[in-house]
Amino acid sequence: MKKADKFQIANTIFIFLFAMFCTLPILLVLIVSFSDENSILRKGYSFFPDNFSLSAYKSVFSSNEQLFQSYAVSIGVTVIGTLAAVIITGMAGYMLANRLVRYRNPIALFFFITMLFNAGLVPWYMMNDLLGFKNNLMALIIPTLIFSPFNLFLVRNFMQELPEALLESARIDGASDAYIAFRIVFPLSLPVLATVALFYGLGYWNNWFNAIMLVDKESLYPLQYLLYKLQSEINMVNQMQGVASSNITVPAESFKMAIAIITIGPIVLLYPFLQRFIIKGLIVGAVKG
Amino acid sequence: MGKAKLQFAKRYTFFTDIRKNPISYLLVLPALLYTFVYGYMTLPYMVIAFQKFNYTKGIFNSEWVGWKNFEFFFHSTAATMVTWNTIKLNFLSILFGTVVALLFSILLNEIRSRLFKRVSQSTLLFPHFLSWIIVSYIVYSFFSTEHGLINNLLQTFGFDPYNWYSDPKPWTWILVGLSVWKETGMSAVIYLAAITAIDDSLYEAAKIDGANRWQQIKSITIPMLMPTLSILTLLAIGKIFYSDFSMIYAIIGDNGMLYSTTDVIDTYTFRTLRTSGNPAIAMAIGLYQSVVGFVLVLSANWIVKKFNKDSAMF
Repeated sequence: MKKADKFQIANTIFIFLFAMFCTLPILLVLIVSFSDENSILRKGYSFFPDNFSLSAYKSVFSSNEQLFQSYAVSIGVTVIGTLAAVIITGMAGYMLANRLVRYRNPIALFFFITMLFNAGLVPWYMMNDLLGFKNNLMALIIPTLIFSPFNLFLVRNFMQELPEALLESARIDGASDAYIAFRIVFPLSLPVLATVALFYGLGYWNNWFNAIMLVDKESLYPLQYLLYKLQSEINMVNQMQGVASSNITVPAESFKMAIAIITIGPIVLLYPFLQRFIIKGLIVGAVKG
Repeated sequence: MGKAKLQFAKRYTFFTDIRKNPISYLLVLPALLYTFVYGYMTLPYMVIAFQKFNYTKGIFNSEWVGWKNFEFFFHSTAATMVTWNTIKLNFLSILFGTVVALLFSILLNEIRSRLFKRVSQSTLLFPHFLSWIIVSYIVYSFFSTEHGLINNLLQTFGFDPYNWYSDPKPWTWILVGLSVWKETGMSAVIYLAAITAIDDSLYEAAKIDGANRWQQIKSITIPMLMPTLSILTLLAIGKIFYSDFSMIYAIIGDNGMLYSTTDVIDTYTFRTLRTSGNPAIAMAIGLYQSVVGFVLVLSANWIVKKFNKDSAMF
């Protein structure tokens, strides 16, 4: 056997092991969610439970208004937020990349400074209080998430690379600024806008910071915050399953893991599309610096 | 007509710019407004750090107390603890994260099968898509005292189960391990992109000169990665004073037994605001973090600039 082949085999095995290391923990959560509760109580969490059971999922889907409510909140917030965020970022990116605008660099600086210095948690909280972003859907959509200067500069850098001659000829043909923005630049920038949409979407779906800071109505809990509550407040599991006293045994462990799996669900389903965009986007961002 | 207009157009001010590009300025307006409100209008609130803040009196009429809030924080034992924990956890995560990511980007690049390369790349990236809450469930399923996988294994091999959630010592490494686990794939993909961008002719020339794989990695791949590597590392060091709140708080939460190794500035500020109901001290800690953090970002950028002018942020 040649030396290079040995290296190839060893390398493949090594990477395979690391890939397992990345996925096995998630697999454990999946298996526990399908495990029989008694088998968990007897044997603990295990990759090889004595009995499999669907009771956790049955319990989750049978009588759970809170779960459906949270799912609806998470989906609504993610869809609306991501759309708004991409539009805001794309439009601002167009302005910063437009060579006709002479003051575009001072404006860019205005955005950039906030990346270097920010006031922190307390002023952020007070500002949301002042604007009334508390205990409503706005509180989950607007603060922190709807605009990031990092994404703005990603979009700007992409738009700056578009051939200037193309825009110039459109201008000579009498195209207005609005026409160039919406009919030429935005369609050509779809790859970067998709990447940015992915960043925003993931941020919205996985966010629970806004909820912990600004929301205490249960009807507004996004999924991630519901999961946090289930983990930190033991009563929450019973409450969700409609059990008043904690004397009755409910499938608490597998129930929690089932909800975790349901929360990951949409990401797993969309993953083949998502990861392609993220890799592309990273390459766009990384090659330049 | 021409003359009057020409004279008028001589001074090209900001307002001329707006008049000439109304659509562009209109398009940037929402982002500008948002940044103005959240990035700039929040700054005046920072004076709370020097006040005995009273919600009804607001920031204009609250009593001025000078440096008292800062003294309160810096005289407590928490100040050094949370500062040290923040720097320690971030430093170790940057160190191990970079080494592991670099290793796997180079190894992935050596893989010849395209399919395997693509599949393993996607697999490494997957943990990045999970929220820290989900990760905290995973952590719990491994380390839980009663049912955890690790305690099961310990018992199978005849050891006593270990009460992980009451011993602060291992948590430094658990947290570092988690951040490597979650973010390595992402950094590896970035490095892999940089490796793919290296000119093939360099490798061709090296092969003609008889360089083997290892020599090629050592003399071409690693040196060519240095710019990307040093910039990403320095940028990370610039942010060493900030932790990922959602990570630490999801995993540790309010478990006081683990604070001594895991409590960081962000979680401490949050808890101060939440429990004491006194935003002034939380603001003082926040101001300390913002100022030191700002100095660190500037220094990191200054160092990047010395290495390579083009890659500095500003």
